Amino acid sequence: MGDIAIQVSNLTKLYGKTLAVDRINFEVKKGEIFGFLGPNGAGKTTTQRILTGIIKANSGTVSIMGLNIETESFYAKRQIGVVPEIANVYIDLSAWNNLMLIGSLYGLSKKNRIAKAEELLKLFNLYERKDEKTKTFSKGMKQRLLLAMALMSEPKVLFLDEPTSGLDVQSCRLIREKILEFNRHDMSIFLTTHNITEADQMCNRVAIVNHGKIAVIDTPEKLKKEFQFMQVIEVLFNKEIQNKRELEKMRGISKIQKVNDKFKIYTDDTDCLIREIINFSHREKLKIISLNTLAPNLEEVFLKIVEEHKSG
Amino acid sequence: MFFFGGVKAKIMGKNNLFLTQLRSACSICKKDILIYYLKSPVLIFSFVSPFFLLLAFIFGRNLSFDFLLPVVLGLSIFFTSSSVGPIIIPWETRMRTLEKLVSCPISLEFILLGDILAGFLYGVGVTLVILMVFMGFSILVIDNLFFLILAIILSNLCFSCLGILISIPPTDNPSNIMMLSNLVKFPLVFISGVFMPVNQLPFLIRILAKFSPLTYTVDLLRCSLGKEHIYSGFFSLLVIIVFIIIFFCLAIFFHKKNLSKRF
Ligand SMILES: Nc1ncnc2c1ncn2[C@@H]1O[C@H](COP(=O)(O)OP(=O)(O)O)[C@@H](O)[C@H]1O
Ligand SMILES: [Mg+2]
Repeated sequence: MGDIAIQVSNLTKLYGKTLAVDRINFEVKKGEIFGFLGPNGAGKTTTQRILTGIIKANSGTVSIMGLNIETESFYAKRQIGVVPEIANVYIDLSAWNNLMLIGSLYGLSKKNRIAKAEELLKLFNLYERKDEKTKTFSKGMKQRLLLAMALMSEPKVLFLDEPTSGLDVQSCRLIREKILEFNRHDMSIFLTTHNITEADQMCNRVAIVNHGKIAVIDTPEKLKKEFQFMQVIEVLFNKEIQNKRELEKMRGISKIQKVNDKFKIYTDDTDCLIREIINFSHREKLKIISLNTLAPNLEEVFLKIVEEHKSG
Repeated sequence: MFFFGGVKAKIMGKNNLFLTQLRSACSICKKDILIYYLKSPVLIFSFVSPFFLLLAFIFGRNLSFDFLLPVVLGLSIFFTSSSVGPIIIPWETRMRTLEKLVSCPISLEFILLGDILAGFLYGVGVTLVILMVFMGFSILVIDNLFFLILAIILSNLCFSCLGILISIPPTDNPSNIMMLSNLVKFPLVFISGVFMPVNQLPFLIRILAKFSPLTYTVDLLRCSLGKEHIYSGFFSLLVIIVFIIIFFCLAIFFHKKNLSKRF
């Protein structure tokens, strides 16, 4: 019990007749980065909103650091920092005033507020523009500010709802780096995402969700083995291919699709297939214009995993 | 580490919890002041519309300052303090800042209290400016300062609560709430004996007037400025306090009920 940051049991949320969250159970250990991975509409945001005390569940309980989010909400909320799905800083306030507001809502003294805000603004490369209204900020800057706001109170548990979705590469990298850094300093992290690579790179354990249900909770390494057979390689050659049979003969292919001019090739062994494609292009005197490896489609992974878990 | 939250929870008693949240409500109010006081809908609905209402009323008539002063004061209190809530709440729903606030350790009652405080201070500020202008022209004669001060404080509080009450529908479109707000506020002006003493109103409206807080505000202002009035000062004060309590409780109840529809 003593080493658990988030404990969720039998959580259910209904919107009219839609079951957004369907009797889910899981726990997040202290110091862990827990990924909540699923396609759009899976119920990730709804789950995070319940966990952070923004909406109430129809049934089930949530406790944060041993505090019930409904009955002891004030104290539970003091333990957490929240980055919601849609950037919602006050655009009519400066970055500085946004941080001051949050600091005072979490009960920080004025001295602590100022010290913490300066530290975080520098950490997230926003210090130079701290006095500007955030109206002028880019999406990435707003998201960094939002993360800084969530960290003002030095929370024990940090909740992030798709923190890097739709951001520029630099902000993405900075945000991921900082999350890992705070985690090393013992912060537990609940990370919602639909990005498999992100979950893989950052999380100690991942729950895969769809239609409000958790299909499986495991380490990324183990889950990756299950994703493996659904790697996709997209390749574009400079010419029409005369000899389609040859292409199909390559080793490691599980399925080929032609999408416009590109070939979409499913495989369980990307390394082997890439070599084969290169050999093929030499033999046929083709040039490769582009070659991409794509993450597997979550929906497919989910279905596959659900099937396996049913039969296994 | 695990016990820290629990122990802290017990150390921080109910009293302390109340004070902490009260401080948070003040922070919310400060935020409202910085953001909303100068937003154009607030300016339009607190100054422009009552100004034209007043102009239409005065135009072509020969009215004494005696009659006009309480009217001007009453209208400005009524329109300014109630204009802030109907912009804050739908706006924050739309901008998703409400979601951020709700995730903070402050309950909805205190978030709303902060918003009420913002409307209240806005109204008080504007009333004081108008009073000073009156004094500058030496047309203000105060008969009962005690009643005047309480009339200003309690009426602003009352109509600020009314503004929050009007913002109950869980829309994220400020203009919907503005429309509703006008639909409530303009009729109230006409049934509350603002432009005509209550006892000169038609019988039916005279009954309706009893249920409008603005009736008591204007009457109390007339009383405090030594003009002709109907109710005793203390009675008006009491009624306004009752309205504050009713508005506040209703607002909390319905906002709580509608909160989840705002996300
Ligand atoms: N406020 C709401 N009202 C009605 N239905 C909702 C609401 N929020 C979410 N839903 C529904 O609940 C399901 C889960 O949504 P959500 O939690 O936002 O998914 P995700 O964040 O994984 O994309 C969806 O089917 C969505 O349509
Ligand atoms: Mg979502």
